[in-house]
Amino acid sequence: MKAAHQGPLTFAKVQADTGLKTALNKTRAEVIAEISASGLKGRGGAGFPTGVKWNLAAAARADQKYVVCNADEGEPGTFKDRVILLEHADLVLAGMTIGGYAIGATKGILYLRGEYAYLRPHLEDALARRRQQGLLGPGITGTKGFQFDIEMRMGSGAYVCGEETALIESLEGHRGEPRNRPPFPVDTGFFRQPTIVNNVETLAWVTCILAKGAEWFKGFGTDKSAGLKLFSVSGDCARPGVYEFPLGITVTALLKEVGGEGAKAVQIGGASGHCVPASQFGRKIAFEDVSTGGSIIIFGPQRDMLAIAHNFLDFFVEESCGQCTPCRMGNVKLREGVELLEQGKCSMAYLRELCALGETMQLASKCGLGQSSPNAFLSIVSNFKDEIMGRTAAGSSVR
Amino acid sequence: MLHTEPERLTQEIRSLGERFGKDRAALIPTLQEIQRRYRGISPLAMQIVADMLDIHPVEVDSVVSFYSFLDAKPKGRYVIRLCRTISCDMQGKERVARQLENDLGITFGQTTADGNFTLEWANCLGMCDQGPALLINEKVYTRVTPEAVHGILEECRQAFGLHALQAEQEHAA
Amino acid sequence: MVSDNVPQDVGRAPRSQQRQTVAPPQNLESLGARVLCTIDGKEVRVPVGTTILAAARELGIRIPTLCNHDDLCVAGVCRVCVVEVEGQRTLQAACAYPVTQPTKVWTHTRKVRQARRHIIDLLLADHYGECYACSRNNNCELQSLAKEYGVDFFRFGHPEKPRYEIDRSSHSVVRDMNKCVLCRRCIRTCIDLQEVGVLEAIHRGHDTKVATFLDKPLAQVVCINCGQCINRCPTGALRANDPTDDVWAAIDDPTKHVVMQTAPSPRAAIGECFGQPAGKAFTFELNTALRHCGFDKVFDTNFTADLTIIEEGTELIIRLYKALVQKDKSVALPQFTSCSPGWVKYIEHFYPQYLPNVSSAKSPQQMFGALIKTYYAKLQGIDPKNIVSVALMPCSAKKFECNRPEMCDSGYKDVDYGLTTRELGKMISEAGIDLPAMPKSDFDDVFGTATGSGVIFGATGGVMESALRCVIELVTGKKVENFYEHAEILPVRGFEGVRYVEIPITAVGPVPDLVKHLVPDWNWLKGATLKVGVCHGTANAKKVMEDIKAGGKFSECHFIEFMACPGGCLGGGGQPIPTTPAIRAARAKAIYSEDRAYTVRKSHENPVIQHIYKEFLTDGPCGHVSHKLLHTHYTARGKYIP
Repeated sequence: MKAAHQGPLTFAKVQADTGLKTALNKTRAEVIAEISASGLKGRGGAGFPTGVKWNLAAAARADQKYVVCNADEGEPGTFKDRVILLEHADLVLAGMTIGGYAIGATKGILYLRGEYAYLRPHLEDALARRRQQGLLGPGITGTKGFQFDIEMRMGSGAYVCGEETALIESLEGHRGEPRNRPPFPVDTGFFRQPTIVNNVETLAWVTCILAKGAEWFKGFGTDKSAGLKLFSVSGDCARPGVYEFPLGITVTALLKEVGGEGAKAVQIGGASGHCVPASQFGRKIAFEDVSTGGSIIIFGPQRDMLAIAHNFLDFFVEESCGQCTPCRMGNVKLREGVELLEQGKCSMAYLRELCALGETMQLASKCGLGQSSPNAFLSIVSNFKDEIMGRTAAGSSVR
Repeated sequence: MLHTEPERLTQEIRSLGERFGKDRAALIPTLQEIQRRYRGISPLAMQIVADMLDIHPVEVDSVVSFYSFLDAKPKGRYVIRLCRTISCDMQGKERVARQLENDLGITFGQTTADGNFTLEWANCLGMCDQGPALLINEKVYTRVTPEAVHGILEECRQAFGLHALQAEQEHAA
Repeated sequence: MVSDNVPQDVGRAPRSQQRQTVAPPQNLESLGARVLCTIDGKEVRVPVGTTILAAARELGIRIPTLCNHDDLCVAGVCRVCVVEVEGQRTLQAACAYPVTQPTKVWTHTRKVRQARRHIIDLLLADHYGECYACSRNNNCELQSLAKEYGVDFFRFGHPEKPRYEIDRSSHSVVRDMNKCVLCRRCIRTCIDLQEVGVLEAIHRGHDTKVATFLDKPLAQVVCINCGQCINRCPTGALRANDPTDDVWAAIDDPTKHVVMQTAPSPRAAIGECFGQPAGKAFTFELNTALRHCGFDKVFDTNFTADLTIIEEGTELIIRLYKALVQKDKSVALPQFTSCSPGWVKYIEHFYPQYLPNVSSAKSPQQMFGALIKTYYAKLQGIDPKNIVSVALMPCSAKKFECNRPEMCDSGYKDVDYGLTTRELGKMISEAGIDLPAMPKSDFDDVFGTATGSGVIFGATGGVMESALRCVIELVTGKKVENFYEHAEILPVRGFEGVRYVEIPITAVGPVPDLVKHLVPDWNWLKGATLKVGVCHGTANAKKVMEDIKAGGKFSECHFIEFMACPGGCLGGGGQPIPTTPAIRAARAKAIYSEDRAYTVRKSHENPVIQHIYKEFLTDGPCGHVSHKLLHTHYTARGKYIP
């Protein structure tokens, strides 16, 4: 399989061992301080500061702690983790090891989505090689008293397991149903022990930051969104693939790089993200503006926005864990609303009610999946009213 | 010497217990392995697993029914999962879907009468830049066109020696 | 560090529904500390880890709930109880949010009101059925919420067709998943509280459904019919199999002689169906009401509770004598009680190898049934085929019990119908009767009034206490009051899940007439220590059984009382809804005070019991006649589902 990334990635220039060795020469507190200083935020989409997360887990008292790598990449339009695991697995595995050292964990678990089972042999090989090289197992790189090993676990086809507490539930042999938070995994995680769950890309950047320094990383991006970020670009553009850009890049600039000029809208953040219309292409892709885990889906002028909303809602109706009312039922009602719009049978009053329902889902759902599931619907409704309202039953208003 | 199927299956599942452990956290790896070997998890297997892990059979059923890759009913030898998420959708998954149905003579969610192919939808396979994408067991196919469907199915049949199997059966008959 | 309404011992509930809502304290110094919680401007200091819901209750602020239940661990799934918490971007579920630092909460802001209204509307959009045609009309938590939040139209529609077929396969429990709101109380009840493990959620997303193993009919799985799920269901999705139409038909049929027996627990709870507070028994008002309804005779199940004590007690003496004196190794000890039909089915499924330990004595309900269609029929000169025998029970499993094929020893179905407290409450209302206003009247003759021993059968430990009252007097020849004040054997009482009591026998007396043919003297018991156990709720039964399997202290017991329902019969699956820890405690109080009111409080002193052994069961307890009518056998069912 062709890895298909466009342009060079910083990852290619970083030696995983350098990052790991640098880390092990520092104290635990110094490692966490370095990560905190870099301003690295979770690359899976939620954007929680990695340093803060690690600090909490490091402070928690427990006999056993865990480092979990979230490789359950399921957000529609995201595939950069697959590329990282295929081409730069060592950076990720070193990142997990650094995490284990920093919080005082000896066990790591790499949770790989079932759809990526073909990557498993490659990753098992990498693990075996690292054990042989003394980069995993007891006494890593000659460091006394630090041991760490990584086990692989496979997902079984459930998008919601990308949510960290659902992932932990799944690891414990349960349905992937998110837990109540608080408590957070950093103090009550896998087997109720302190656990850090980090995205594949986050862990790879951790290794880079240790290798090249926090200052280097902070040199990219914006004040609130430091560093570089990998983007999975698909849809109506000339050069889809994985790209690396500093955070803070405008949608326009990104479209130019990928050959997506002339787009009508861009879905940023996948099904759970926001649909940005052409009029807002000046916006920045950053945590403080339009945030994303890396999914960029480009819609050309010919696309029917209602069909897109429908596709996303199909996704959520199926992938909701079904536990809490707003997400289980709300997505069904939003999808019915889209069907009414498609038939040209939705009143403005009902559309307003559905938007209010979307707000309720954002506020009252139990986990991030439910809270973000109405985003695409809401942004399409608010930005494309002309296109979606008053349709004739036969088809779309788009010519 | 083991005489009955339940005895044999119990022993097999117990040996999985040695491999994955006998606590609840071992449930999903155990089920994944049973799924791999039998293409599904039978009611009997669920109850043996429940017994081994000291949980209730309904809890096993509950987990099996939650995950898309675990099934109570056995699947075909080759499970074809066509991605239906937006990027693949925009790249023409609908026509690939129709061709798959035509060539296999089944609709989505069904298994061919000979038990060889199961056709299913999948949500985002992570091949959005190379769609439409489909997964056959653990192998991924990208930029699939309606025209390419026949070749892919043939490749499956040959790769797994189905033709030989069929010839053998015909010969025997 | 656990708030009051979160059970400490969570068993094996699905992890997502466990007590992980309560954070372990960040630093151990905060253990036991109190923290300020400000709700709608009112302040309260609560122990660290208390939920917002519990804190609000302390302040007298009402936060609506649906999936939350005082008996069960936190789920946080319905989201009806969401509130605004300062500093949080999203709304938080009050039932699941632990207060670990000073917290400011608002319970009815615009966002909160809108969210609650939407959530209720969403639940209604998936809730098939009409309130006026539902067994839970006027006692439905979803209906109450709809009223409270002013739902006056179905904002997101209302299903016109049912999605699921109603499961009526069970004699005890009817499941109508069209009314299910997926609060998962039944799952937490079945897996966590009772550890029977029949119900779990299957599938996901909008297809999520509460189901049995492979979605089989309830009658084909390991359901023990305890009905605890019914008691916790907020809607009409779970209900008891209701035979009231058949009972009315029997009453209306002039050729039928309809006889009712009432058990003590429903009498202590039926007032709740008529707006009375929990904890007041309406035993004698009920007699009058039942006659008004048209029942021909009203009897007290306590009579056969006394008979159960004599039969089961004698059986125990025989087992002990065989084991201790005759050194018969085949005797199964400890002896287990058999009056809880939920427990009986539980052991048939999960511990069939221990069925020889279960007393062969029938439950009081079934003993009465057998006597009514034999002894009573003969005495009154009524053809037993014209007798319709009805039992008022706190129990849904009694419906299954009276339908067991082996329960036909009178030559007819011994008990025709088992009615729950709720169903009889409905019949009484239907007859236009206001129960609390009824004059009092006594039970009908022949079986007369029973003893206080029978009454306390309704509470956990009651069977054991009654048996001990009897055994102590029969063996020592002295009054129980010499050993326990007011004959109240307090160590076996209470709501602790599992209890173990040792009773030394220091002196023995002469063998009374009743059992003279079985043992020559009591000398073999002199200096012995009687070891007994009591447990309630099948999760606790499981603990005891596992202890026995492992050769623990319960394996050395002589006699163990098992009750399937938490609290014993007073917390039965047929009792008024709701049933909570507080309500169970109130009902127990009613039962124990009724016991005190009796002049005769020991089964063997019941004059009618003494009479019946002279006139009818002439070869004595555990004799030939009693074995035919009052004893039964069990079925090793196992837990495998084909």
